Amino acid sequence: MTIAALPLRNDRAIDGRIARAWAALEAVPDPEIPVVSIRDLGILRDVLTGADGALEIVITPTYSGCPAMSQIAEDIDRALDGAGLAPWRIRTVLAPAWTTDWITPAARERLRAFGIAPPGQCGMPAEAQPLRFVPSAARAGAPDVVACPRCGSVHTQEISRFASTACKALYRCLDCREPFDYFKPY
Amino acid sequence: MTASPQPTVPASLDHLPPARTAALRYVLRLADNALVLGQRNAEWCGHGPVLEEDIALANISLDLIGQARLLYGRAGELEGELTGLPHHEDDYAYWRAERDFRNWTLLELPHRGPLAGNAAAERDYAVTIMRNFLYSALMVELWEALLASRDDQLAAIAAKSVKEARYHLHHAAGWVVRLGDGTEASHARMQRALEHLLPYMNECFAEDAVEAEAAAQGIGVITATLRPAWDATVAETLQAATLTLPQATRFVSTGKHGVHSEHMSYLLGEMQGLARAHPGAQW
Repeated sequence: MTIAALPLRNDRAIDGRIARAWAALEAVPDPEIPVVSIRDLGILRDVLTGADGALEIVITPTYSGCPAMSQIAEDIDRALDGAGLAPWRIRTVLAPAWTTDWITPAARERLRAFGIAPPGQCGMPAEAQPLRFVPSAARAGAPDVVACPRCGSVHTQEISRFASTACKALYRCLDCREPFDYFKPY
Repeated sequence: MTASPQPTVPASLDHLPPARTAALRYVLRLADNALVLGQRNAEWCGHGPVLEEDIALANISLDLIGQARLLYGRAGELEGELTGLPHHEDDYAYWRAERDFRNWTLLELPHRGPLAGNAAAERDYAVTIMRNFLYSALMVELWEALLASRDDQLAAIAAKSVKEARYHLHHAAGWVVRLGDGTEASHARMQRALEHLLPYMNECFAEDAVEAEAAAQGIGVITATLRPAWDATVAETLQAATLTLPQATRFVSTGKHGVHSEHMSYLLGEMQGLARAHPGAQW
């Protein structure tokens, strides 16, 4: 599996203030999945210095309706305030559209250890499913083979494509019998 | 709810020439579609037939209302460029009158249709599922086409929305098959829901000046060009569901022109009441 690298601006000398902002922001966790940071998830896109000297924090939303975005903005404010990095502003960009392919390998492992099966690759060909009489519309985006984050078995079953948050599906392991969340490819 | 500090009511666009307002009108239609269906589906929150479906519909509503917020954001910018008076997303959602909403009538209908047999329900899940299926099957095609929009922001919104619409279609199509090819009672209710809702799809494919102008400017898409792909999805799914496609009708509803069904004012009353009672409130 290849993971698209999170595009970062390493093409110029990063001044001390920007480096301190990155350091402060790397500690900001996702409000709903606190074992991963907003940088791990690819929500934090860039840190720039605006023409007026203010830091510009570039973020992108996950799902269009993700209710955590305003909390994330507040958490960014708190982190930068704590680091004494004022003034700054947060800019939200939509393109390129966020994808779970940006989640770093280390963060995937932390998700798994936390009990959330990490997302499969987007655009991966749908696996054959043991479902009968299913038209292609219902097969679209069919689940990958999802390994149970507890016992590692791939003998798992989707219970619902929608679960505790917009970004997760609900699965169960048919071997250890535990239900678990699966971070949906997006 | 975060409201703009000073709510302002977006003016009617009807007095402005179509060529100048096409992009704004086109984006507002998409936004109104997403908001109104998001509001309708949210009525199931706490009332779903099973817990998983309750959660699924709340999640789908969250996606739709999120799409609406992004689209209203773009509309507010376009309106600012046009009139010098940019608007906040809440101005569109809470402060416009019924006539200024330009969603397809399909999306404002209640979750009940003509019921089959002895079935009686305030909300009929068959109608909910069938509407989500008919709509999301079209929106997957429409968002894909809008990836090429010359409006960069609309194309960016389409890139997010198409991912969500695919999940919505997967959910609805799966249930169309399970219920259609289910018991005698569930089959009958799905068939009746299809017969009730299908005539309202004519509006989605009816070309008009706003759509033609938006398409001519490379911003929008002629929805009728997506019909063959939509027909194929519908035909394949209905076949698997053992449902029968009803005969085409000539009825064309008019929600996208601001002339709504009798159900729209009740939907708006519920959606707008709180914001209007406390203008500018924030929490």
